[in-house]
Amino acid sequence: MNAHKTGTGSAYFIVKETERPRQHLLSVLVDNQPGVLARVIGLFSGRGYNIESLTVSETSHEKHLSRITIVSSGTEHVLEQIKKQLERTVPVHRVVDLTLLSEERGYDKPLERELALVKVAGKGNDRVEAMRLADAFRAQVIDASTEHFTFEITGRISKIEQFIAIMEPLGLVEVCRTGVAAVGRGPDGMSNQQ
Amino acid sequence: MSEKQEMSGAEMVIRALAENGVDTVFGYPGGAVLPIYDEIFQQEEIQHILVRHEQGAGHAAEGYARSTGKPGVVLVTSGPGATNMVTALQDALMDSIPLVCLTGQVPTPLIGSDAFQEADTVGITRPCTKHNWLVRSVEELPLVIHEAFYVAANGRPGPVLIDIPKDVQFAMGTYIPKSQFKHTSYVPRVNGELSQIQEAVELMANAKKPIIYTGGGVINSGKEASHLLRELVSITNFPITSTLMGLGAYPASGDNWLGMLGMHGTYEANWAMHDCDVMVCIGARFDDRITGRIDGFSPNSKKIHIDIDPSSINKNVRVDVPIIGDVAHVLEDMVRLWRAHATKPDKAALDAWWAQIGEWRDRRCLDYKNSKDVIMPQYAIERLYELTKDKNAYITTEVGQHQMWAAQFYQFDEPNRWMTSGGLGTMGYGLPAALGVQIAHPDALVIDIAGDASVLMNMQEMSCAAQFEAPIKIFIMNNQYMGMVRQWQQLLHGNRLSHSYTEALPDFVKLAEAYGAVGIRAEKPAELDDAIMEMIEVDKPVIFDCRVANLANCFPMIPSGKAHNEMLLPDDASDEAVATAIDEKGKQLV
Repeated sequence: MNAHKTGTGSAYFIVKETERPRQHLLSVLVDNQPGVLARVIGLFSGRGYNIESLTVSETSHEKHLSRITIVSSGTEHVLEQIKKQLERTVPVHRVVDLTLLSEERGYDKPLERELALVKVAGKGNDRVEAMRLADAFRAQVIDASTEHFTFEITGRISKIEQFIAIMEPLGLVEVCRTGVAAVGRGPDGMSNQQ
Repeated sequence: MSEKQEMSGAEMVIRALAENGVDTVFGYPGGAVLPIYDEIFQQEEIQHILVRHEQGAGHAAEGYARSTGKPGVVLVTSGPGATNMVTALQDALMDSIPLVCLTGQVPTPLIGSDAFQEADTVGITRPCTKHNWLVRSVEELPLVIHEAFYVAANGRPGPVLIDIPKDVQFAMGTYIPKSQFKHTSYVPRVNGELSQIQEAVELMANAKKPIIYTGGGVINSGKEASHLLRELVSITNFPITSTLMGLGAYPASGDNWLGMLGMHGTYEANWAMHDCDVMVCIGARFDDRITGRIDGFSPNSKKIHIDIDPSSINKNVRVDVPIIGDVAHVLEDMVRLWRAHATKPDKAALDAWWAQIGEWRDRRCLDYKNSKDVIMPQYAIERLYELTKDKNAYITTEVGQHQMWAAQFYQFDEPNRWMTSGGLGTMGYGLPAALGVQIAHPDALVIDIAGDASVLMNMQEMSCAAQFEAPIKIFIMNNQYMGMVRQWQQLLHGNRLSHSYTEALPDFVKLAEAYGAVGIRAEKPAELDDAIMEMIEVDKPVIFDCRVANLANCFPMIPSGKAHNEMLLPDDASDEAVATAIDEKGKQLV
């Protein structure tokens, strides 16, 4: 009610956050049962956590396990809470913070890949230029007409972002991205990590 | 087993409930649960308590659970039956009360068609349950029920919900006994890491100004946890305080008891928390009503935190020694390691600490000015306590000033005797909760210390109390205000009492009579004792209209945005001090 007098609208005992948020990659192994994705997403929205990318698919058909890959950002404290909140969710088997794991093992980053379908329409020089750049990025042409190309490109987020940005002035029509898939480096799998 | 295994889904529900030790279900029938009600009609193993509103069933089940330590069970219909349960589910989630809620659902082929009394129950209740299930086939029904009881009661307890479509209740299938159930993903840790407990003991042994701060987790862990806590306090001689939810784990009559802490906690408890050098937090979660201003919270202490839920660790307050495990298991190790530990705290330092605490106690922060003409609310609770203390009474409350006075002035010496809505602060909790307690303990004295506003929120359950001859005592501290709302309006909003006065309260004595209960009124301090005795002796539900001083406020109090060492005491609380207690910044904080 008095918020206008001081210009902030928060409630309860707020301590101002001074730490910069970081981006982390989380791998979450869950029972593939109805509602499990809603449960994970609801946890993020309900507690005010960020989801920047989310990928999910069944990875073990015989055990009905799905692997969810989430890119989230927050302070170290928030990221720690996200992991614990996910871990106490009933159908969740395992949560691995791949970013932390990589750091602990002395690697730069976990292995991450994303796939994008990028449609570009145009004629003349723009068309030639689009094709040339696609070659440079090792994007495949998966559909084409005299007026357009549809490229399939795979790589790290930064590569995809860059490719899309370059295609923008060359007649970019639409983009569809899968979100990030990620695994840790080295011989160990998720179930015997951490 | 020679019993038949082929049965309908509805039969399976009853069979699985019985197998999970259920003796009582609180519920309300409706179209989508009729097959289950038909099975209830044909058996005698499980008693069904018919409430008057589904929310009442939820709180009654919470009262049952909190007073027995067993999960409370609720059965309601689809749609409005389920949505009316939401408040009780969230209440149980916040206070870690084990509940199993069964809801009916429209038949599976109709799900998603906006059928009559359809609601997306699992969607609506996903964030307010620990887990929930929509049962799509009769084959999975028995296992889901076994899993539900396992999840509700293990780890940090909480509410779960099973949504059962009507066709699944009718369908025939094979019953699977509980012995064939095993959980793969949810296996909470109960034993604490020994090295961490050892580190905690080390810190405690070197403490000069220690304090033990306990919460509802001690109660949830079971009687043994309370027993071990008492032992720990006795062998360490540490002072102990507790949250609202933890009252009774350590006896209020114990020498080391400082009273409740937090926003309306005692002066000595809050100052000891602020000045301590080692804090042992046991089954509590550093809630904002406890800590006050986080950056001013116990600034110079090393903190030990015992909790079964890893997500509670470092959530609000950074701790130095986290111990993940069940309170009773951890305390058993802690007591053993303490006994074996070579060094003990410096006796002179501990004596000095107790002397300091003595000075804080001498402020007598709960003193109030009594009156011969009007019943002071604090006096009412003091008398209620004196006249019921030898009767092993169970106390529930609604939410507001009366709840805080009850916590301050009623002395709890045993766990599971105090049922209150702490985390969610649900007005209307106390009356149905008292009903649930009374059903679980038919011969006990069960009192709902109520406010005149809260009690009206679930007053309809008096009808249920009358039907089941549950002689609950509803002790209304009637000041005609939503007292806590008014107190905040006085503090924050220039004494503009916007809609916090109830102009047209019912005549509670006549209301009692209308329900077939007994109505008693006390208006003067001189008549209070006799009236309370009459209430205790009547073997029927009672509504007691205790007319208390209308404008009394609840102190001590930590105003919003302040730390533990900035509390307001009643003698400081002049009108001016009250008006300026909260600065502009604090006014946003509530």
